[in-house]
Amino acid sequence: MKNENKAAKKKLAPLTKKSFITYAMVLIAFAVMQILSSGGYISSMLTGLLVPLCVYSILAVSLNLTVGILGELSLGQAGFMCVGAYTSAVFSQLTSETITQPLIRFPLAIIIGGIFAAIFGILIGIPVLRLNGDYLAIVTLAFGEIIKNVFAAMYVGYDSKGVHISLKSLSNLNLENDGTLLLNGPQGISGTPNDSTFLIGAIMLMLTLIIAYNFINSRTGRAVMSIRDNVIAAQSVGLNITKYKLITFALTAFIAGTAGALYSHNFYTLQASKFDYNLSILILVFVVLGGIGNIRGSVIAAVVLVLLPEMLRGISSYRMLIYAVILIVMMIITSNEKSKAFIEANTQKFKALFKRGKTAEAKEAE
Amino acid sequence: MAMLEVKDLYVSYGMIAALKGISFEVNEGEVIALIGANGAGKTTTLHTLTGLLHAKSGSITFDGKELTKTPAHKIVEMGIAHVPEGRRIFQNLTVLDNLKLGAFTRKDKAGIAKDIEEVYELFPRLAERKTQIAGTLSGGEQQMLAMGRALMSKPKIVVMDEPSMGLSPLLVSKIFEIIEMIRERGTTVLLVEQNAKKALAISDRAYVLETGKIVLSGDAHELMNDDSVKKAYLGE
Repeated sequence: MKNENKAAKKKLAPLTKKSFITYAMVLIAFAVMQILSSGGYISSMLTGLLVPLCVYSILAVSLNLTVGILGELSLGQAGFMCVGAYTSAVFSQLTSETITQPLIRFPLAIIIGGIFAAIFGILIGIPVLRLNGDYLAIVTLAFGEIIKNVFAAMYVGYDSKGVHISLKSLSNLNLENDGTLLLNGPQGISGTPNDSTFLIGAIMLMLTLIIAYNFINSRTGRAVMSIRDNVIAAQSVGLNITKYKLITFALTAFIAGTAGALYSHNFYTLQASKFDYNLSILILVFVVLGGIGNIRGSVIAAVVLVLLPEMLRGISSYRMLIYAVILIVMMIITSNEKSKAFIEANTQKFKALFKRGKTAEAKEAE
Repeated sequence: MAMLEVKDLYVSYGMIAALKGISFEVNEGEVIALIGANGAGKTTTLHTLTGLLHAKSGSITFDGKELTKTPAHKIVEMGIAHVPEGRRIFQNLTVLDNLKLGAFTRKDKAGIAKDIEEVYELFPRLAERKTQIAGTLSGGEQQMLAMGRALMSKPKIVVMDEPSMGLSPLLVSKIFEIIEMIRERGTTVLLVEQNAKKALAISDRAYVLETGKIVLSGDAHELMNDDSVKKAYLGE
């Protein structure tokens, strides 16, 4: 008994070990990209992709909490991102004169974007989480579309008389000459300060990963996973199912909102049409391809699948064709039992080669 | 006064009445068996007790408190633990995590640690496999885990739904031995079983359910010798 306790102390729990590998991977990737871009070794196009890479990775990790840990299919990720993007952009525009220091303003904007998205998450979660499976997917998909269309139809401005809101047209807004236009319907929001940097994106990704791993490892996380495994058993040990579903849903929405803030502050203008259901599906593809419930996989899949179309740009007309083929092949490989066993067996062999010289550290099988 | 009192309980699934007014009681320290054939309403009774189903009418009182309107998670806090039918454990979590989840309603860390050790004493197999993923346990071990998990909430009464279902004869005997051990610890047990012979052998009293009604009740040993019970449930 005592020996066991000692061993447990020396050896990190498998999950924390996994999480440290992920943190290290992100840090190394960040350092490499930072060195390369400051040295001018990578194209301006790739430099422009660095922040979106962080955005998509964060979105994939957050969706994985709902899809992988809670086990519910949500297709409204773009909607929560949209809420976060718009609210944070409006906040930044309103305070760009009062808070001139972007290092204070931007974190505030990110948190506000996250909070608003979480509020939407809770409001939608209360009725929707009574549903499960396909029904939840349908309703969240509809929610994403509604959010997108409402934002695309909104004209908001303010002047000396106060705030004006119209859902019809710009002229219906009746802004005075001294007024400022915030939301311009389908043309979206423009003039957002460009506060997003790769450094901030990487920090946010790290924070998201820390939150996600700690969530999974916490009492709440265990409760959520037990609901995924068996609802009746979870109820019979005294779990409040709705409460824990709602916590996860709100956390996913919050993180998606912060990613939205990062996204909106990367562009001067932002249209709601960007947050369509293709984006939600794309994020789900990252999660499925990276492995449902596998946080590190989500990040890797997001990075690979965002970079891939850009890498293939050289062969312009066949680009999407090759992208599609790679996607399908990856899906077959990661879902097929035989190929899984094949990969497993080969990684074991590979690890055995390394193991000879080293200690039994390389035991962790992915 | 009885610890658990069920009075004139009606439960239906839509148009179909599953329980047509059943009444029974469980006193502290007893082992009570609820026996009956498939579809008699045994599981429905347990699910209504634990808040997974809601009664159409009738009352359930536990320690003097009404349960019919109480949500499932509150009922566990009040001291009723449920071992669901078909070994519903958390397949993807470790044995230890399953046990920790059983103590979800409790806050006393020291007490939980002590009770985990007690469960390990009761089920040495679980101690050997505490870091194993629960889904990889054998059927008997999973049943032990489900029972251990229920004990982790420090219940006053454990309700068990078909604990012997789908287990080998040797393991069935083992499970019934464990139920007796649980009783010796001072925990009341309400046992739903199709294995009427074994259930009656370890019970104090028993109720026989038939299509949503209690048709017979009384001392377990007397019921064992009752001709109609022998014919219908004991295969003699």
